[in-house]
Amino acid sequence: MATVASKLYSDDVSLLVLLLDTNPLFWSNTSTTFSQFLSHVLAFLNAVLGLNQLNQVVVIATGYCSCDYIYDSSLTLSGNSESGRTGMPALFASLLEKLEDFIVKDEELIKEQEHDERIASSLLSGSLSMALCYIQRVFRSGHLHPQPRILCLQGSPDGPEQYVAVMNSIFSAQRLMVPIDSCYIGTQNSAFLQQASYITSGVHHAPKQLDGLFQFLTTIFATDLHTRSFVQLPKPVGVDFRASCFCHKKTIDMGYVCSVCLSIFCEHHKKCSTCGSVFGQSKLDGASTVSEKKRKAPDS
Amino acid sequence: MSNQRKRPNGEREEDDEEDDAEGIGQWERAYVDDRSWEALQEDESGLLRPIDTSAIYHAQYRRRLRMLSAAAAGTRIQKGLIRYLYIVIDFSRAAAETDFRPSRMAIMAKHVEAFIREFFDQNPLSQIGLVSIKNGIAHTLTDLGGSPESHIQALMGKLEAAGDSSLQNALELVHEHLNQIPSYGHREVLILYSALSTSDPGDIMETIQKCKKSRLRCSVIGLSAEMFICKHLCQETGGLYSVAVDEVHLKDLLLEHAPPPPAIAEFAISNLIKMGFPQRAAEGSMAICSCHKEVKIGAGYTCPRCKARVCELPTECTICGLTLVSSPHLARSYHHLFPIAPFDEVPTLSSSNDPRRKLGKSCFGCQQSLLGAGNKPGPCVTCRKCKHYFCLDCDIYIHESLHNCPGCESTHRPKSVSLLEE
Repeated sequence: MATVASKLYSDDVSLLVLLLDTNPLFWSNTSTTFSQFLSHVLAFLNAVLGLNQLNQVVVIATGYCSCDYIYDSSLTLSGNSESGRTGMPALFASLLEKLEDFIVKDEELIKEQEHDERIASSLLSGSLSMALCYIQRVFRSGHLHPQPRILCLQGSPDGPEQYVAVMNSIFSAQRLMVPIDSCYIGTQNSAFLQQASYITSGVHHAPKQLDGLFQFLTTIFATDLHTRSFVQLPKPVGVDFRASCFCHKKTIDMGYVCSVCLSIFCEHHKKCSTCGSVFGQSKLDGASTVSEKKRKAPDS
Repeated sequence: MSNQRKRPNGEREEDDEEDDAEGIGQWERAYVDDRSWEALQEDESGLLRPIDTSAIYHAQYRRRLRMLSAAAAGTRIQKGLIRYLYIVIDFSRAAAETDFRPSRMAIMAKHVEAFIREFFDQNPLSQIGLVSIKNGIAHTLTDLGGSPESHIQALMGKLEAAGDSSLQNALELVHEHLNQIPSYGHREVLILYSALSTSDPGDIMETIQKCKKSRLRCSVIGLSAEMFICKHLCQETGGLYSVAVDEVHLKDLLLEHAPPPPAIAEFAISNLIKMGFPQRAAEGSMAICSCHKEVKIGAGYTCPRCKARVCELPTECTICGLTLVSSPHLARSYHHLFPIAPFDEVPTLSSSNDPRRKLGKSCFGCQQSLLGAGNKPGPCVTCRKCKHYFCLDCDIYIHESLHNCPGCESTHRPKSVSLLEE
């Protein structure tokens, strides 16, 4: 059977890891309901699985307090004749069950913790890290493997506390040559997703009308990596790589960077507010003004 | 292929043996000294057991991680993030020796190329320069610069070995170059030394003291044998000295120098560096780029101070000298500042009351089953903070490449003061 499999492995076999945003704080505020959204997504997954016999799909849910694997198409046994829920293809019965369990658990966790209403971001860094671990496992499985890519379906805004973790995941994906596509369905702009798609050579798109989401998904995000060179995809425009200063949070063109901890400031300071190093002096000279404990370690 | 190397009398016999082996073919000479059959093992019934290197690999990795984090243990050590590194390669006649196949020179060049790429990946704000020693004189192959391609081209251009090696001349040259860099940069020298001697025009001890005063951190990787002068140099300046035993070991030793080293307290002068964050030029805009001096359309960046066009980042604007970076370049170094703690090994208990069985049967990161043969718990690791279980391969991937614990990132934490909000 191995010989048959290798014959079937053409260059357009893909593994799609879908990161689904299930943040209830976002979905309670949109015009489209989550179930309408889900029907677009499931039809899209069906389309991807139909493009090639050997395509694989893995779905990871990005919640507010947790992330988890929802569906793995390589684990579903064929011939599963359970009748699905109302109108949904039987193929995805297990997906829907697990998704419901996940959302219920996530909501319980939300009630246990007090949450800040200001920024209702989901745990994008967590699901990105899990997706990359799964893709790394696929790479280890031998030389015959589908070409992996990640698709983020995100609506929640960016959480600034996740910046370092998201950038780490992006650089790791760049090294593994895994493109991160992103489809942003929220209201504000997501700088994280734009940067992710730009750095990893993925596609970023923010569709304006959610009624036609299935159309955007199939025309832009369903193509495998080999076919992308023949298809016209949305080009990256206006990716803003300027930094924000730490003191005022405004975007700056020119700034000052601390050589110890790389924090960015818009004006000249005598002392770095992040690591406490006094500028222009070595740590030993500054020991009288800075406490002994901070001598060798930057403070956080 | 005839081999007419002349060897001293004592080695005549070896020469004869090699001449006999010549008749077989060049490709078989690789196995003359390599007794790989001795690594095979048999199980009880006499059948061959497949060589399981993954456990050994993982044990090596964990030992290395433990060594590295032993000093860190909870505290955060300041690292030298903005590095100016000179790589000194010894192209004396000793580099033409063939104990590393095809020759020491070729292997050094190959691994230095990989090192340069890895270095710029981990230290995007740093710069490298190349120096070679040939015929007792040190030559600058490339000046300090931030683009990997130009260094690699210069290195691969001339691969010839001749003459003596001179450590003092190399150190003097590097010292001269590194005196000109700004005070916040960390000055480092990495010497790849294959000779067993050095012919110097003066007193090398004086040069070593000069380097020590100028805060140069010199490390040496030897390819033949340990030398006192190299060891002394490294001890005085606070660098690392190691001798490679084979090609794989050489690669590992080289790559150890890629992540930023701990900064030495007296040397670390902190400073505010003025940097520019250029915007990408609009599609279709035409300008003469300052690096190639030709007209370019579209993709490029505009210096915010003098509005000159540059082709790639990070770079220094050729017109006004401003360091130009983009925020992902700074972000590449953040994982050095916020390292994740190593995972703990989970002891394999064989009792059926193992509470682990109830907790996790699969790795949290990749969903691979953690059960070994016969449904017994296999080896795995756990994170101290989030208590999730991970398989050994995810452990290596997370600590070497990803630098995020998926478990910790997937758990909502109360918002503490975040340093890096952008």
